Amino acid sequence: MNHYRTQILLCAGGACISSGCESVRDALLREIKANGLESEIEVITTGCMGMCEIGPMMVVSPEGIFYQKVKPEDMADVVREHLVKGCVVERLLYKRADNDELLRFMEDIPFFKLQKKIVLRNCGKINPEKIEEYIAVGGYEALGKALTSMTPEQVIEEVLTSGLRGRGGAGFPTGLKWKFTAKESADQKYVLCNADEGDPGAFMDRSQLEGDPHSIIEAMAIAGYAIGASKGYVYVRAEYPLAIQRLSNALDQARAKGLLGENIFNSDFSFDLQIRMGAGAFVCGEETALMRSIEGYRGEPRPKPPFPAQKGLFEKPTVLNNVETYANIPYIIMHGGAEFAKIGSGKSTGTKVFALAGHVNNSGLVEVPMGITLREIVYDIGGGIRGGKDFKAVQIGGPSGGCIPKEYLDTPVTYETLPTLGAIMGSGGLIVMNEDACMVDVARYFMDFIQDESCGKCTPCRIGTKIMLDLLNKITHGEGTEQDLEQLEFLAGQIGKSALCGLGQTAPNPVLSTLRYFRHEYVEHIKDKHCRSKVCRSMLRYTIDAAACKGCGLCKKACPADAISGERKAPHSIAADKCIRCGACMEACPFTAIEVK
Amino acid sequence: MSCDCCGKKEKALEKLMKLEPKKTTELVAFIDSLPLGNDIDANRGCLIETLHRAQTIFGYLPAEVQQLVSERLKITRSEIYGVISFYSYFTDKPIGRHKINVCCGTACFVKGATRIVDEFKSKLGIKEGETTPDKKFFLGVLRCVGACSLAPVVMVDDHVYGKVTPEMVSTILADYQD
Repeated sequence: MNHYRTQILLCAGGACISSGCESVRDALLREIKANGLESEIEVITTGCMGMCEIGPMMVVSPEGIFYQKVKPEDMADVVREHLVKGCVVERLLYKRADNDELLRFMEDIPFFKLQKKIVLRNCGKINPEKIEEYIAVGGYEALGKALTSMTPEQVIEEVLTSGLRGRGGAGFPTGLKWKFTAKESADQKYVLCNADEGDPGAFMDRSQLEGDPHSIIEAMAIAGYAIGASKGYVYVRAEYPLAIQRLSNALDQARAKGLLGENIFNSDFSFDLQIRMGAGAFVCGEETALMRSIEGYRGEPRPKPPFPAQKGLFEKPTVLNNVETYANIPYIIMHGGAEFAKIGSGKSTGTKVFALAGHVNNSGLVEVPMGITLREIVYDIGGGIRGGKDFKAVQIGGPSGGCIPKEYLDTPVTYETLPTLGAIMGSGGLIVMNEDACMVDVARYFMDFIQDESCGKCTPCRIGTKIMLDLLNKITHGEGTEQDLEQLEFLAGQIGKSALCGLGQTAPNPVLSTLRYFRHEYVEHIKDKHCRSKVCRSMLRYTIDAAACKGCGLCKKACPADAISGERKAPHSIAADKCIRCGACMEACPFTAIEVK
Repeated sequence: MSCDCCGKKEKALEKLMKLEPKKTTELVAFIDSLPLGNDIDANRGCLIETLHRAQTIFGYLPAEVQQLVSERLKITRSEIYGVISFYSYFTDKPIGRHKINVCCGTACFVKGATRIVDEFKSKLGIKEGETTPDKKFFLGVLRCVGACSLAPVVMVDDHVYGKVTPEMVSTILADYQD
């Protein structure tokens, strides 16, 4: 084995790959070779480090110097200045937005400082494609401990003590789920992992699978031991090819090392896993639909009971947990449930991973202790709103969740508090919105999503969401009436009560929560035919300020609808009935004489 | 081997072999590597995987391919069509050589993905879900590719473009001059 004096961790998460980290790696390796340092410097590509906004990024260890927004052409300096001469390349350091201070270490950057990493403990620290690296940081020790020194009952007891709840969104206690399934007797039981991360605006599970796939394999084997299952499936969305590739590579390595297969750790326990790919159906994130999909059917949900603990995949007792839930398990087994329960707040123990995105300065992947406030997430970690605009709302929980306005920013994030505000914890999508977001349009967006993804099996969801979408379209087109609001609320109540599965039951939430906090915006759309965020196009009025117009005619040329008239060198005007509100004139005008209201 | 629904003998295979010998051989080799048997429930577990592979090979799932899968997995054509029409990833219509998918996940949506879609539509002269007449580009929208920090995001084939502006659309298209 080679001993290197320096290791360079280069983030190869999905976002950094898109930002060009592969050519950075090639350039870095070239420079290292050119300087004859191959035997001294090791380059390790890791999973997501989290702050995707400033990628590609790298850490030079053991010093721990953190470089951001690195480009292939920067690598000559990194090698010659830093690795040869020992001088930090200051221009690649992270600069604090508020006081321009250069920060050398990851831990000093507020984005990382306030996080608590349990789930993402290895993401960005190890090479996800090498099982040896996972083992070197204590990987598979928890599986060894469970198999050699704990009974299945003790494993379940530990998970119960931890208070761990399902991270997929609903928050059902994981230990209880395991206990119910363990109780059933059957010739075959199954352990499933839900990696069908369909919530638009969420990428936690993707990053976990890409950055630390072995943690999921280890946890699923522990779950298999606890409930008495010898087979399992990981159901991954087809949109995540890199996650599938890294997971399947990890499975091969685990099998080769005897960590999957027959008689693991010389015990009586045998376990193996297979990957099943989704095919683009949001409803397959629902547990019964997911099982139908693994069986090879259309992924339609079915009524419960029977619950999966009794009749799940192929009618056999089944445990299904989300990726993030599993990632907590090795920690709980190694440190004990009681230790885990110390983190968090009340009945919401542990941490939660959020995919922070939208109009926020530092978007990326963050893991925070439960009970942290939204303000801390958005302002302290996220660095506040981009471009100095005003905060409007944060959307949490995706199509099943809700929008939380400014007044409630100091609410602690727990399974108990969020529902009182009309939102849910959800799987971890957290979209920050500024004043430019029209809340009626956001509600319409989610309803459009649900309507498109509704599987059509039950009437409330199939037809109800269609009618709600039609009403919202009517309102955003400036044709809404006050009765429409009443009907929206009525339908929301009906669908919530009568839909077959979670998708339908929670579908009205985005509408209900925007009606609760932003009803005035709905009323403006209906009564004043006005969209304050200038998003709903049919309500926009383009006019030309005669004083500012020089009559250059550029707008007239740009207009695709021939709506602009006027003589050269005289003020022009826009015919409202012809205008299609495309905004081409506004872009063309060199004198900013065109206004939109 | 005969087909359960109509009794025709491997007609699909002969037809496909004439049309696309290389692709057909590849698909048949894949199907042969699956643990298939007379247990239809077990075969069904391999259906979605098979359709994924078939679509990767052929670019879409034409009727002959569906028929071949039906014969080999012993699952009826109607059921296979039901699965294809349920999952948005599968298509039974030929699509362009390059698949452009504009992400319309929440993060991309709040950062102006609609404008990007409009720009592609006007540059290509087609609507979402359509292919250009020269069969070069297919334009679609996706729900989320999980690269929200780079929103708005466009995926062309397997390549992800981040922080896309309407002005970038022409440059993206220019990357695919074949």
